[in-house]
Amino acid sequence: MDIKKTGVAGTMESSDIIVRIEPKETEGIELELESAVMQQYGKQIERVIRETLGELGVTRAYVNAVDKGALDCTVAARTSAAAYRAAESSDYVWKEVRI
Amino acid sequence: MLFVPGNNPGMIRDAHIYGSDSIMFDLEDSVAITEKDAARFLVYNALTKLHYGKKELVVRINDLSSGLGIADLEAIVRAQPDVIRLPKTDSAKDVIECEREIERIEREAGIPVGKTGMMAAIESANGVLNAKEIAFASKRLIGIALGAEDYVTDLKTTRSPEGIELMFARGMIVNAAKAAGIMALDTVYSDVNNEEGFVAEATMIRKMGFDGKSVINPRQIAPLHAVFTPSEKDLTKARAIMDAIAEANARGSGVASLKGKMIDKPVVARAQYLLEMAERAKTITVEEI
Repeated sequence: MDIKKTGVAGTMESSDIIVRIEPKETEGIELELESAVMQQYGKQIERVIRETLGELGVTRAYVNAVDKGALDCTVAARTSAAAYRAAESSDYVWKEVRI
Repeated sequence: MLFVPGNNPGMIRDAHIYGSDSIMFDLEDSVAITEKDAARFLVYNALTKLHYGKKELVVRINDLSSGLGIADLEAIVRAQPDVIRLPKTDSAKDVIECEREIERIEREAGIPVGKTGMMAAIESANGVLNAKEIAFASKRLIGIALGAEDYVTDLKTTRSPEGIELMFARGMIVNAAKAAGIMALDTVYSDVNNEEGFVAEATMIRKMGFDGKSVINPRQIAPLHAVFTPSEKDLTKARAIMDAIAEANARGSGVASLKGKMIDKPVVARAQYLLEMAERAKTITVEEI
């Protein structure tokens, strides 16, 4: 998935996270994260963002995220929404099936 | 059934702690048009990643004519909630079209065909007149519901505390649902600060035959359960009826009586239903402890 423009998803409300994704010319994901729970969960949030982008095939992007205590599933949802918006794509792929 | 806005992560996370029987994640009216995609991701991820115990999980999609409904179904059917709620159902055709899309996605995703339940919300004068056809339109339907805000707008009136403007719609919907053997679900009571009004409305709709009611605030759950949970007095009477029937059967007699009154079939059916409801209420309470 190619990042074509700036895509943002999420809010500053408690339990949410704002993820902002911008185009980057060179390979790699450059991630900047702010979180009130940085010490405890910073690495986990970063891992979820990177994994979600990896699943979507995003290999080059600047990512800025401001976390307000989001669960992993929220981090993944906001990252996906921001990425699709930034890629100007609506070819959603829904893989998982709840058992 | 507790309404939870689909683009609010905090409310989605906490939705199961308030004791409602079912949770309805909303992708429709509570989500701004610019956030439909984000809400879809959020609800999909919550359904596939979070555990809500034995709660019945419902997702209200956007109607198919909005251009958003099919995209909602593509995500939500794969996330497998118990029920998909179709809004603004005006005719049986709306139900059949939605069912066709659900079935297609079930096949594509390898989900057993028929697994996804449906609920149709009736929100217009036309929909109310078609309530019977709607209720019989699909085997997937577990119930039909009244959506009052759009309905009163269609009638060119407003909602009143007494609900006089909803009498015909409620009567039609409850009758259609019972004829089809499915549930009738009542609309929300918007004034969350008026508990007395809420309880009066809940008492009336239970008396009318509705099986439940949507709530928009967790504060309304306990009073609603209090209305729908059978009283100890009613349960004592129901148990006495069942005992009398059991005794008559043991005697080989087809006729039973209690305190000099003959117990006929509808009386037994009502007693049985009451005891079942009490049993279900007990199960929910135990699960939540």
